[in-house]
Parts: sequence; C-alpha cells; structure tokens
Amino acid sequence: MNSSTFFGLSTVAYILAMVTYITYLAFRKARIGIVATVLTVTGFVSQTLALGMRWKEFSDVGQMGFLRAVPLTNLYESLIFFVWCLILAYLIMEFKYKNRSFGAFITPIAAIALAFIDISGMSKNIQPLVPALQSNWLLVHVMMSFFSYAMFAVSFSTGLMYLIVRTEKRSEPAYIFWTVMLSVFVITLSAMGLDYFTFKVAIKSQEELIKSYLFKASFLSSSAFVAASSWAIGVAFFFFIWRFGGALKKMVVSFNISHEMLDEITYKSIAIGFPIFTLGGLIFGAIWADQAWGKYWTWDPKETWSLITWFFYAFYLHSRLIRGWKGKKVAIVAVLGFMAVIFTYLGVNLLLSGLHSYGSQ
Amino acid sequence: MEKEKSKTIMDKIWDMFASVKFAVVNFALIALTSIVGTVVEQQVEPEKNIKLLMKMFGIEYDAAQSLLGVLDKMRFTDMYHSWWFLAILLLFAANLIICSIDRLPRVLKLVREKARPLSIEHLEKMSVKKVFSQKDKASHMKELAVSSLNRLGFKPFESSGGQGTQLYAEKGNFTRLGVYITHLSILLILAGAVIGIFFGYNAVLNLPEGEVSSFAYKDRDTQIPLGFDLRCDNFEVEYYPGTDMPKAYKSWLTVIKNGKEVMKKSIVVNDPLTYEGITFYQSSYGAVPNGMGNGILLLNVVSDNGKSQQIKTKIGESFAIPGTSVTGHIVDFSPALSFDQTGKAFTYAGQMTNPAVYIEFFESGKMKYSGWLLKRYPQTWSLPDGNRVEFLDYWGVEYTGMQVRKDPGVFIVYLGCILMAIGLYMTFFMSHKRIWVNISEEKGSVKVLIGASANRNRAAFEQKIEKLAGMLNAGQKGEK
Ligand code: HEM
Repeated sequence: MNSSTFFGLSTVAYILAMVTYITYLAFRKARIGIVATVLTVTGFVSQTLALGMRWKEFSDVGQMGFLRAVPLTNLYESLIFFVWCLILAYLIMEFKYKNRSFGAFITPIAAIALAFIDISGMSKNIQPLVPALQSNWLLVHVMMSFFSYAMFAVSFSTGLMYLIVRTEKRSEPAYIFWTVMLSVFVITLSAMGLDYFTFKVAIKSQEELIKSYLFKASFLSSSAFVAASSWAIGVAFFFFIWRFGGALKKMVVSFNISHEMLDEITYKSIAIGFPIFTLGGLIFGAIWADQAWGKYWTWDPKETWSLITWFFYAFYLHSRLIRGWKGKKVAIVAVLGFMAVIFTYLGVNLLLSGLHSYGSQ
Repeated sequence: MEKEKSKTIMDKIWDMFASVKFAVVNFALIALTSIVGTVVEQQVEPEKNIKLLMKMFGIEYDAAQSLLGVLDKMRFTDMYHSWWFLAILLLFAANLIICSIDRLPRVLKLVREKARPLSIEHLEKMSVKKVFSQKDKASHMKELAVSSLNRLGFKPFESSGGQGTQLYAEKGNFTRLGVYITHLSILLILAGAVIGIFFGYNAVLNLPEGEVSSFAYKDRDTQIPLGFDLRCDNFEVEYYPGTDMPKAYKSWLTVIKNGKEVMKKSIVVNDPLTYEGITFYQSSYGAVPNGMGNGILLLNVVSDNGKSQQIKTKIGESFAIPGTSVTGHIVDFSPALSFDQTGKAFTYAGQMTNPAVYIEFFESGKMKYSGWLLKRYPQTWSLPDGNRVEFLDYWGVEYTGMQVRKDPGVFIVYLGCILMAIGLYMTFFMSHKRIWVNISEEKGSVKVLIGASANRNRAAFEQKIEKLAGMLNAGQKGEK
C-alpha cells in the first residue's frame, strides 16, 4: 500500500461525510450526526497516514534530508495539506463547541478541494525539487500559509452562517450577498463535478492542465445550447436560494447556533490565521525570496495577491473596531477575505497566468 | 457640542488621520488598486497589454490601444512606482503614525497602572466571577490561595480591609503594547524599503569561467563599481541522476581585494555570497558566445596499471595515456549529446546539458577504437583495453549569471519583520489578565469571591479561573 490508497480513502470519507452532515442538518437525527463524525475522523486518520507516507516517499525519491522533503511542492500536495488543516480545525471546533452542524458548511470546502484535485488532473507524481525550492524556508512558508488558509476557510463558513442567521428581508443587501455567495459556491462545485464526469474518460494525460477544461462541460461548453442552459440553471438556482433562503436560516437556528457564537468563531479563526499568515506567508516568503533572488519584494502577481489578502483581513480586524460596523458588515468582509485567499492560491495561477499567456489560441 | 464647534481645521485633519475609519479606507484603496496592477502587466512593452485588453474585453486592436493609452496616462502600467501609489502609502504611514501618537499615552497609562484592590460590589459585577463558602480558617484559605495563584504563575499582593483579606495579581500589562509594536513594525519595513530604494541597487553580472570583474551592470549599460574584484573559478549544473532535471546551479567565486584573494565561496540558489554589503545571488547561466569550441578540457587519465594523471587539453589536440603507448586525439565536442533511433549522435541543446567528447585512440600510429565519452555518464569512461579516461570538466565556455544587490535598508526591513512577529504574538496570543481573590470570615466559615478580567482570550482565562476555584475547593475536600 502506498500513500495514494490512503488519499483515495480519505477523499471518499470526506465526500460521504459532507453528504451525511447535510443530511444531519436536514433531519436532525443524532445518530446521523455520529456517523458523520466517524466518517470525518476516519478520513482524517487515513489522510494523516497518507501524508506521512508521501513525505517518506518524497524524501527517498529526492534523496534529500527529511525536513527538506516536505510534500508541499505542487498544487496537488498543497491542496491535500489545506484539506488536512481544515478538517483538523473543524474537528477541534466540533469537540469544543459540541455542535455538529458546522460540518455541513465546512466539509463541502474539503470536498470541493479534493474534487478539484481529481478533475484538474493535477500531477500527482512525486517530482524532485528544482533548485529554487531547495530551501529550509519551504517547510515553514508553505505549511504556515496553508494552515492560515484553513483558518480563513473556517471563518468563511461561519461568516456565511452568521449572515444567514442575521438577515431578515430578501431585499437586504447582506441577504442578497450571502445568497449570491452560497449559490456561486454550490454552482461552481456542481459545474466542476460535471467536468469530472464528462472528461474523466476523455482526458488521457494526467498532465493536461485544468485550464483546458474547467467548466467546459457547462458554462464554457462548445455547444451553445449546453452553455446557455447552464447559465439559465445557474441563475434559476440563485433565485431558488434567494427565494427560500429563510428555510436555511430556520435550520441553522434550530441547532442552537447563536449569532454571537458564529461571530466569535469567525473572529477567533481570523485571529489565529492572520498572525500565522503574516509570519509564514508574507514574512517567511519575503525572506526566502531575498535569499534566493536578492529581492524581498517584487510585486509579482502572487506576492501582490498575498498582500491584498492580508489587507482584506487587516480591514476585517480594524472594521470590528468601528462603531456600527460590528455584525453583518464585518461578516461580509470575512467572507470576501476568503475569496481573496482562493484567488491568491488558484486564481493567480489559473486566471492571471491564462490572461498573461499568449502562446495558445 | 461645545467642543465640536471649537475644533479647528487642523484638529479635524488630525482626527481624520487618527481614525480607524481612515485606516480602513486606506486598506481598501491599497487592496483595490493593487488588483488592477496584477491584471495589467507591469513594466512591459505596450503590445503585451494591448493583447491582454483585447482578450479580456473582447475589443478591437484600436480600442484596446486607446484604452491602454488611458491606463498608461494614469500610470497603471507601472503603478507600484507611480506617484499616486506612493501617495497612498504615504497617507497610510501618516495614518499609522498619527493614530499611534493619538492613542499611545492612554495605553501607556493602562500599562503602567497597577492593579488595585476592589470593593466587593465591584467584584460582584465582574464578568468572570466565582463565589463559594466553606468550613475553613481565613488564614489557611489565604495561604492556599497564595500558593495556588503562584502555581498559575501569578504573584499576588495582599491588602486587608473592612471586607476581609484581598489577594490581587496581574500579568501581561505590557501585552497591551502589542498592537503598537505591530504598527511600528510596519513603519520600519516601509522605512527600510525607502532606504533600499535610495541607497541601494539591483544589478546583474554575467561572469565567464576564469574571468574577473570589478563592476556589476544595471540596465545593460550602467557600470557600477564593486570596490573589489570578483572572479568566477568554475560554474557547474548538477543533475538528478539519469535525468535532465537540474538539481543545483553552482558557482565557485573568489573575491580579490588589492590584488589579494580575501574570500572564496561557492554559491547556489538560496545560498548567496556577501562581501562588503554587496550580495551575489546565483540567478542564471549560459554559454559564452562563440566560445563552445575553445574551452579547456580537464581529463583524468588512468592506465590499466593504475597510474593516473590529470591533463588539460583542447579540442583538436592529443594526449597520451601514461605508462602505455596509447594516445587519444580529441576530434569533436557536443554540449548536449543524444542518440537518435539509428544510434546516430546529435546535439539537442545549446546549453551544456550533457557534455561529451569524441576521442579517437591510436596505438603506434594505428587507430584502435573511438567513441563518445560523456561527462555525466561514468560508464562511458572505461576503454576496451582497460584504460580509463575520466571526463572531469569542460571549462571556460560557460558564464554564471548573478543578481548583484546592495541594500542597506534590508536590516531595517528584517528588524521590522521580527518586531511584527513579536507584536502580533503579543496581540493575539497573550493578554492582560487580572485576578482578585477576596477572603472573608463569616460565622465559622470562609467566603471566597474570585473576580477576574482579561482583555482578550477570555474563554481560556475563564478555564484558568475554573482551575483556581477547583484548587481552593479541593482543599476543603481534603479536610472533610
Ligand atoms: C497593514 C497595516 C496594519 C496592520 C497589519 C495592523 C494590525 C493591527 C492588529 C493586528 C490589531 C489588533 C486587532 C485586534 O485586536 O483584533 C490592530 C489594532 C488597531 N489598529 Fe492596526 N494595523 C494596521 C494599520 C493600522 C492603521 C493605518 C491604523 C490607523 C488608524 C490602525 C489603527 C489601529 C487601532 C486603533 C487598533 C486598536 C487598538 C486597540 O485595540 O487598542 N492600524 N492593528
């Protein structure tokens, strides 16, 4: 058995856990909740094993010291690590707050990340490190960045839940905001699922880049009919969420999740994520760049987007100090902050580099 | 009301710069303008951005060109060096400075202020609070409370008054300064960056193997004197075995000052050389133009009776294998040799990816055999007659490309980074904690009232108080 067996096992466990948590949220049977927790813990344990094994495999292949062989050198490995941190944070939260219903909001993030790995056909091969990556800073820089991303993901979920609980009228901007966010999130997940089922067979080479077929089964389909109906379904789905969002609120409220608790968790996870991101993501990244290239800051898109993310969360922390902002407004900032995180991590590579490349088409 | 009216314009400006609202505006400004700067490519020839705009908005060339003209006028094509981005950063710095000056006195007072004993009424109202009574003597309970507080890391003071004995202690007053240390660190980093821009430079130096330079080059034609000479002794790319994936780029450098060798160091990516404040980073490499045939070939020749000898030779020349009558004649060289399906040799790259020499061996005037010897494949070094020709290096045909940097501000930036880490740690992971324990005797039993406060991480602190109460209660159980 090697690491990918256990990675596969954990993927399946997390996806099942997502379904179970959502079922639990809908039917509120304690037994279903326990099953969901067991599934999550199983997934977590096998993922932990897999991470350890991959680390060992990597250090054998690259003939490097153990510390330099962090399995965090490509998109595939970093997403796996992100999911691991997220689930760890979630399990701590479930234990501490004795409340399972968050699971329905957090496991989908884990599932979307893992599904993304599969449909993207990201290279899962172990590659030896190129010279620029052979640094002891790699370990701390990447690990801390992803740990903080996981914290921000938690704050995204609880921030969204906060908005669900606190909004009343359908015309309210905050209500419209969260319904848009939630629909975009669900629609993206479904569209990626479609890509997965459509192209899994068609794509032969695992090296094929995600850029070439992301959303090609739906919004960007070559068939005008498929593309148009995808957009129509997307818009219809938004209207559905917008019209019946109140039911979601009732569901969350029925779990004794108070908005104070949600606000506290949102703040707490940012209060942990922000300093770790500052140190690991920005400072250690700058030190590394300084050692490798002689420039601690170059305003390249990835760096700049990290800085933008940082400013979003500084915005969040400070806006809490402004009278009259506490509550919905800062929750919106927390949710937007995670959009910046996603863009920093994926958008820069997928969208900006797409815009900035002229070789194709 | 009265106060509002008497405010001068200066006061109003001061208040604006001291406000968190203005800070939030600055955050948004910097973040949003930066986004534009990551979409429009910075410091590139206009064609690239025109294509980008055409692609992004689906517009014609002419429209894209005029749109780019507008963006260019607004300096969005080099925005991180534009006057207005600098202005935003200045506003931001002023905001930080004035905000800190405005609040620091109050915070310093809070930090210096010692905890004082509080009245029972006051303690009753505290948000973290514990009350219990039990059969014990006040003096014993006091001792227990002192030792328990010590165990939790608090050193209590004591005061006695009409309402019994009160122990009070505090920890971490200074952590209230964490936010200010964080803010100061940002100013330091900005200051360090400015110093770097004004008093430092970034340049490049392409140095062929064996050559010496006393200059680095900026913008291709500006010479920057180093103040010493730098020599490249050797450059080499190491590969992962059996592949063309580079494992390390390595240059052996010597610093020469006033004709004397003062420093020798080999550099790789992530491990530069620094001398007199100037740092040399391994950043690229390449072949010396038109130099490929003129390098020096370094071979180690081992004859079958064990004699070995290092020789330096050139393409087109001959050498002898010591102790034998065999001579080798070097006919050909390839920087990157490969074989096609028919077994024919060809060169697949201009770089020295897989260097090889073609040698013909003669004995007493007759050619015995010939073949390719590959530097990265020692199995090609053994000859059929038991002799061995080790291909050590082909030297003098590559240059090492280095970033050369002088930045007297970088220490300040690093200092700022350290301060920021300390400041953030103090802000988010520590807190100012205070505990009061009031012990009073009531009809043969003691009444204990614990009150506590912490400016953040209250939940964790509450658990500590829980523990403290448990310790004091456990004493009672022991006596039962
Ligand atoms: C990127 C720049 C900045 C960073 C990283 C930063 C960081 C922080 C942090 C981490 C906190 C603690 C927040 C909390 O307790 O939740 C804080 C508080 C604060 N910041 Fe900033 N800050 C920045 C810029 C500014 C600016 C420009 C101002 C100007 C008004 C400012 C004013 C304040 C104030 C007044 C507080 C509250 C202090 C207190 O609670 O006693 N900050 N800042």
